[in-house]
Amino acid sequence: MTDLTDLGVAAIRSGVASGEFTAVEVAEAFNANVAAAQDALNAFIVATPEKAIEAAQAVDAMRARGEPLGKMGGVPIGMKDLFATAGVQTTAASHMLEGFVPQYESTVSAKLWEAGAGMLGKLNLDQFAMGSSNETSFFGNVVSPWKRNDGGNAALAPGGSSGGSSAAIAARLCPAATGTDTGGSIRQPAAFTGITGIKPTYGRCSRWGVVAFASSLDQAGPMARDVTDCAIMLEAMAGFDPKDSTSLDLPVPEWEAGLNADLTGKTVGIPREYRMDGMDADVLKSWEDGIAWLKDAGAKIVDISLPHTRYALPAYYIIAPAEASSNLARYDGVRYGLRDLPEGAGLQDMYAATREAGFGAEVKRRILIGTYVLSAGYYDAYYTQAQKVRTLIARDFEAAFEQCDVIVAPTAPSAAFALGENIDDPLSMYLNDVFAVPASLAGLPAMSVPAGLNREGLPLGLQVIGRAFDEQGVLNAGLAIEQRAGFTARPAKWW
Amino acid sequence: MSVDTATVAKIASLARIKLGAAEVEAMVPELNGILAWVEQLGEVDVTGVEPMTAVIPNTLRLRDDVIDADPLTGGGIRDKVLANAPAAEHGFYGVPKVIE
Repeated sequence: MTDLTDLGVAAIRSGVASGEFTAVEVAEAFNANVAAAQDALNAFIVATPEKAIEAAQAVDAMRARGEPLGKMGGVPIGMKDLFATAGVQTTAASHMLEGFVPQYESTVSAKLWEAGAGMLGKLNLDQFAMGSSNETSFFGNVVSPWKRNDGGNAALAPGGSSGGSSAAIAARLCPAATGTDTGGSIRQPAAFTGITGIKPTYGRCSRWGVVAFASSLDQAGPMARDVTDCAIMLEAMAGFDPKDSTSLDLPVPEWEAGLNADLTGKTVGIPREYRMDGMDADVLKSWEDGIAWLKDAGAKIVDISLPHTRYALPAYYIIAPAEASSNLARYDGVRYGLRDLPEGAGLQDMYAATREAGFGAEVKRRILIGTYVLSAGYYDAYYTQAQKVRTLIARDFEAAFEQCDVIVAPTAPSAAFALGENIDDPLSMYLNDVFAVPASLAGLPAMSVPAGLNREGLPLGLQVIGRAFDEQGVLNAGLAIEQRAGFTARPAKWW
Repeated sequence: MSVDTATVAKIASLARIKLGAAEVEAMVPELNGILAWVEQLGEVDVTGVEPMTAVIPNTLRLRDDVIDADPLTGGGIRDKVLANAPAAEHGFYGVPKVIE
């Protein structure tokens, strides 16, 4: 019998529906993988094997009654620990929320459970989703299942902030997982681990019940092993939610049914500003390969310009911390989360002590930057200027999309780096998101698909960026790349 | 623009994060590194450009003025609201004394 944990979303769903295996068998197989890998990979903060079994039993019972199964019927998934899950600890990987048990379910997770998915556990991440290597989690680093082929044993970063999600999928601990993307947090970890992930148009997935980082950028999306699985899961996650004021009031397209890798008549733009001095030769080659594959799929390739690309990252590192400093003001030791009340302290001292004890170093750094750029005398020079530059970046994309249907570029400037390699230099860590952040600032759908391995045997990802609301165009170009890349590499099991 | 220890201490106080002298000292070069790097935004000509307010054109909706229209976000769930409070007392949030 096939190893059920080698199957993706579509294969599990059809196998359960046809009776080839039961949903409970699938959940048991993944539960076992989750437990066996925990010590080595630390991908989960909390495992919930009983939740996975319970959901699977419900799906098996529905099948026995002859009822139709949902879009995710019988598929167990990992839930990034940024989504509120009723009755299950939700921490955002912070000491601040350790022990916090939501009394309600986030809209996105509720939709997934309604669609027949079950929860294997809550996945580790960078603290409050701030990080690109999963090294800022209060609950320890996530270790990538991948190793370099140099015979060394360096522990590699799974990317961030959705590093638990990426590591778990690559290691076959779950067939798919939720991610969230503020400035690349779905795409960069997907690229680092040889999996697929899509950040939809801003507003497609409800932010209700998702721990807030930078609300004008935060967007949830699926991570899985291929484009089809992402399309299926995104359909289950997306949809209008009156409880999120920026939710898009639009019907959810049938992305899975609309998948089509024939790009005849489509134009793919190649942004010249993404070709940077000193670029990694393997990354450059994977980009060239991608262009050739897209041509082969029938697309016309054009050179385009996104003139303000180099300003996207500095604008992001003003806007995101500014929003974070406001959003994270809610952690005050009064309503929920940690409280540190020194002997004889007053209310103000309690706030300051609680926030000192509860937040990690990177979270504090970003709150301080955000507080500074929003403070009297600096607001216009930093924050207003950054928001104007953001307008220009969005206009760059609008102009580019008059000449092309999708844009293709590398997802990240390098393959996965070793844990510890960038942690002492915040700026070098931030530069990891140089290719991912522009699409976030413009609210556009963007995905990463595996393109191949570099000379060290590590995965590289290609990024597809589309027009607002055109997830279908992004998925289709992603599928064309996927079919030609023939990426079947997986990490050799050492955990 | 760059920050010194006094400025970092002031920002930390505005952000209600207690920082020891050594932490303030360590944060100064880190913040200055980041600030010097974002300084390049000043090069961009933004004459006549409006700051971004919404990435995707959207309108703010008004809901019907109905009490408890959505029970999840309506009233009558005091115990749930207090369930995660570090110090809930007599149906309220407990805080240190604020009036002398």
